[in-house]
Amino acid sequence: MEAGGLVAAPSPPVAVRPGRQSTAAWPLADRIGYWLCWATGVALCLIAVGIVVFMLVKGISYLRPALFVEHPSASLHQSQSGGFLDPIEGTLIITAIGTLIAAPTGVALAVWMSEYGRPTPLARAVESAIDVIAGVPSIVLAIFGLLVFSESFLGFLSQNAANGSVYGRSFFAAGIIMSLIALPLIVGSTREALTQIPDRVREASYALGKSRASTIRWVLLPSIRPDIASGIALGMGRIIGDTAIITILLGFTLTTQGVGHAPVLGTLRGTGSTLTSYVYYNSPAGEGNAPQKAYAAAFVLLMLVLLLNALVTRLTVGRSSNRVGLLRVLGFWRLPWTR
Amino acid sequence: MQRRSGRREDQRAERTLGALAVGLLVLIGAIVVTVFVNAWPSFSSNGLSWFGPGGDVRTQLTAMQDSTPLPGHSLEYFRAWPLIWGTLLTTVLAVALALIVSTLAAIFLTEFAPPSVRRALEPVIRLLAGVPSVVYGLIGILALAPLINQHLISNGRRESVAGVVQLNGADLTTATVILAVMITPIMVALIAGALASVPAPWREGSMALGVNRWRTIVRVSLRTARPAIVAATVLATARALGEAIMLSMVSGGSPFAANPLDGLTFLFEPVQPLAATIVRQAEGLTIAALAHTVYAMSAVLLVSAALLSFAGWAAKQPLKRYGIRA
Amino acid sequence: MPPPVRRIAVDRDPQIVPARQLPNGSAIAPAPAGEARRRGERPDPASVIERMRVESVWLAYGENWVVRDVTLPVRRGEVLALIGASGSGKTTLLRSLNRLTEITAGGARAGRITLDGQEIHELEVNDLRRRVSMVFQQPNPFPMSIYDNVAYALAEQRPPRGRRRRRTPELEEATEDALRRAGLWEEVAGDLDRSALRLSGGQQQRLCIARALAAEPEVLLLDAHCAALDPISTATIEELIVSLRDSVAIVIVTHNLQQAFRVADHVAFMHLGELVEYGSSVQVFDRPSQQRTRDYISGAFG
Repeated sequence: MEAGGLVAAPSPPVAVRPGRQSTAAWPLADRIGYWLCWATGVALCLIAVGIVVFMLVKGISYLRPALFVEHPSASLHQSQSGGFLDPIEGTLIITAIGTLIAAPTGVALAVWMSEYGRPTPLARAVESAIDVIAGVPSIVLAIFGLLVFSESFLGFLSQNAANGSVYGRSFFAAGIIMSLIALPLIVGSTREALTQIPDRVREASYALGKSRASTIRWVLLPSIRPDIASGIALGMGRIIGDTAIITILLGFTLTTQGVGHAPVLGTLRGTGSTLTSYVYYNSPAGEGNAPQKAYAAAFVLLMLVLLLNALVTRLTVGRSSNRVGLLRVLGFWRLPWTR
Repeated sequence: MQRRSGRREDQRAERTLGALAVGLLVLIGAIVVTVFVNAWPSFSSNGLSWFGPGGDVRTQLTAMQDSTPLPGHSLEYFRAWPLIWGTLLTTVLAVALALIVSTLAAIFLTEFAPPSVRRALEPVIRLLAGVPSVVYGLIGILALAPLINQHLISNGRRESVAGVVQLNGADLTTATVILAVMITPIMVALIAGALASVPAPWREGSMALGVNRWRTIVRVSLRTARPAIVAATVLATARALGEAIMLSMVSGGSPFAANPLDGLTFLFEPVQPLAATIVRQAEGLTIAALAHTVYAMSAVLLVSAALLSFAGWAAKQPLKRYGIRA
Repeated sequence: MPPPVRRIAVDRDPQIVPARQLPNGSAIAPAPAGEARRRGERPDPASVIERMRVESVWLAYGENWVVRDVTLPVRRGEVLALIGASGSGKTTLLRSLNRLTEITAGGARAGRITLDGQEIHELEVNDLRRRVSMVFQQPNPFPMSIYDNVAYALAEQRPPRGRRRRRTPELEEATEDALRRAGLWEEVAGDLDRSALRLSGGQQQRLCIARALAAEPEVLLLDAHCAALDPISTATIEELIVSLRDSVAIVIVTHNLQQAFRVADHVAFMHLGELVEYGSSVQVFDRPSQQRTRDYISGAFG
């Protein structure tokens, strides 16, 4: 067909859109794989939705506003065992202590790793150290905390028993160890965000005569405030959800018991409970046998987690850290495939 | 001069921050040293048979609590094998189950699911990953265990082991299932992320050669995502290993070494992994012998976590040859 | 880290064609009278067989018609070049030949494309793609060894009697054959287990061609395959294409008019989705019958 020349443009015909690719011609093994994937995916959706719906239903059915303001009391009857005011108090106190310690420390460490980081072996060692902390089970950290805070010279952080031994369990103790589990998340978020800042920003600042410390303080950190905030939110989420450290380091009192008479310090040196230990206590594994209270408290916990997740998403909307936000939630402080 | 004071300011900042970094290293060292030093008495009086079988863990722990040594043994006598076996069982089974489910689900999410499903599922997975373990434990003990107890454990089975242990639904199966459910969101998210990052030219190139979609996924996408799969497995195993609270709630209260020779009943026997035991003994830590034993268990967990990290690093090395960066 | 540079041996020096002035003052790119500039001999018309036929094909993405009413034959024994400016729809047309347009959502089509008389949309898609193979603009070797790359399609194709084996004697033979035809065998024969990503750009592209050839396709589609390569690699690959002409029907898309002149036997010039001119390369470059073709070839637009 040697003829050339423009075809007189006819009107576009009726088009055929390609349908979904059929798998009918695939070998049997491949088709089995395909259907297995579908089955697993659907099952996963169902289970996920099922869990959420189950917890919502149970929680809402047992939740009453009175629960938020009553103190818990040990009683065999659910109707008389009070609410969870003290556990909520406890959760707030622990989260506050943990975050107050972890946030500045985490940001400082991230800044050092990203902006200074010399000598190099030290930087690599610190990276591995944070890896280690992120990987150690929280129960082991709790045990370590118990060993440390039972030393007599740290008696001011908790209660001194009559025979001179230190109790070692208090809000202080639990809060300080909690900061350790939030640390990797804050370090990760901050470091990731700092790495994303192009070097030309730093160079511009140095060219204006600013020192490195100054640049960090006035240029770099302000620009990554949402990422730091999201890291802190994630750390808080982790603290709120952890029970192992609470069981070991907070003592076993249902209500907040202060030590001594100092107003704030007394409480912090004392023992108490948090929402998580309250749920544990009221489940069949603990002593109280109040599943309804446990469901209600668990529901409150879930709402807190949801809130924090929403906060993280809101903070990182449109930022590059949003892409990795999901990974942070999962506790992965460093991306596995961008080393 | 501003620059000179800037230098001094820099040096000060660097030194302070560097001190902080060194402090962190000191802390890690302190953790390791403290735990091991306090665990030593238990290891030294039991030797290597600390890890072996021998007697009932519960009676040994009770003996320590009452400060009355068992006849013929010292106060620190302890044989941790049932706990170690419980830990191995729950961890390995849960991770294996979660790995298969997560890989298939991740493939579904990235390749076959309609976009609306994908968008809807992401916040759900994020939520599930953030749920505290105590809530999972609650679901396990209040919902799943009774279900298993009523429907899967027949009376005959119950009687067959009645002499040794009570079957009540809080057992290996419940523990494994809930543990797998706990670690699946993490793995799905990681693997799905890696599958989605497979460069389009590779996938297109494979399909342009006439290889169907499934085989393309298996031979190209999964291979490229292997570092992420390894990382996800390591992370999940670390989480499973250290899971104390949830397992102490659902795995049954008795530190029993589930016996595979019992056949199917094996799945319904209670277990008590190491971390769960530590939680259960939390109240008795003022007693020296018990404390040393618990610290010994912590030391074992610490070493396992470190070995796991190393194994994860080692598993990724061979893949770097082929340009699969991890 | 950039892959190591390797020296590539070619038989002839690549011929850089100087621009010559036409009497009316505009420079044209190829030298039409120099038949010696073309690679290889003219194909013998008797041995040319039609393999595929594109009939009144329309292709769209979303609401835009990207290819409008194109009719072309694809023959074994000759090289067909699709030329035109960016956005002329030539790549889309090429990709529709092996139904690769179906991978991206939102496409639509009309018209007929046949392979040996059979409408390709009635064939099984993976079967079709094995018979009509494609090499892309950017080399895209898989992150595997050289052997695994070349044997990839073959290993998937042989029905496993029991299990799929990686290295059977047939596969090894076919791999070596494909690598020889692609002109890569001498350079990589020593170590086939090396990672394919360590090869240079030109070698990677030849590897991709070998990979496409390994499954013995009937038609080979090349999408601006030398755009990313240096002149020496380009020369080697052009020689390769001409040598393959007799066994495989070849369609290339190229932005490079000189390359089209050197390699092609028939040329189709497309503009904004329409087929403006189709003819033998001598006719289109020497005596284009359409003004737009003349404009494009003389460089008035591009």
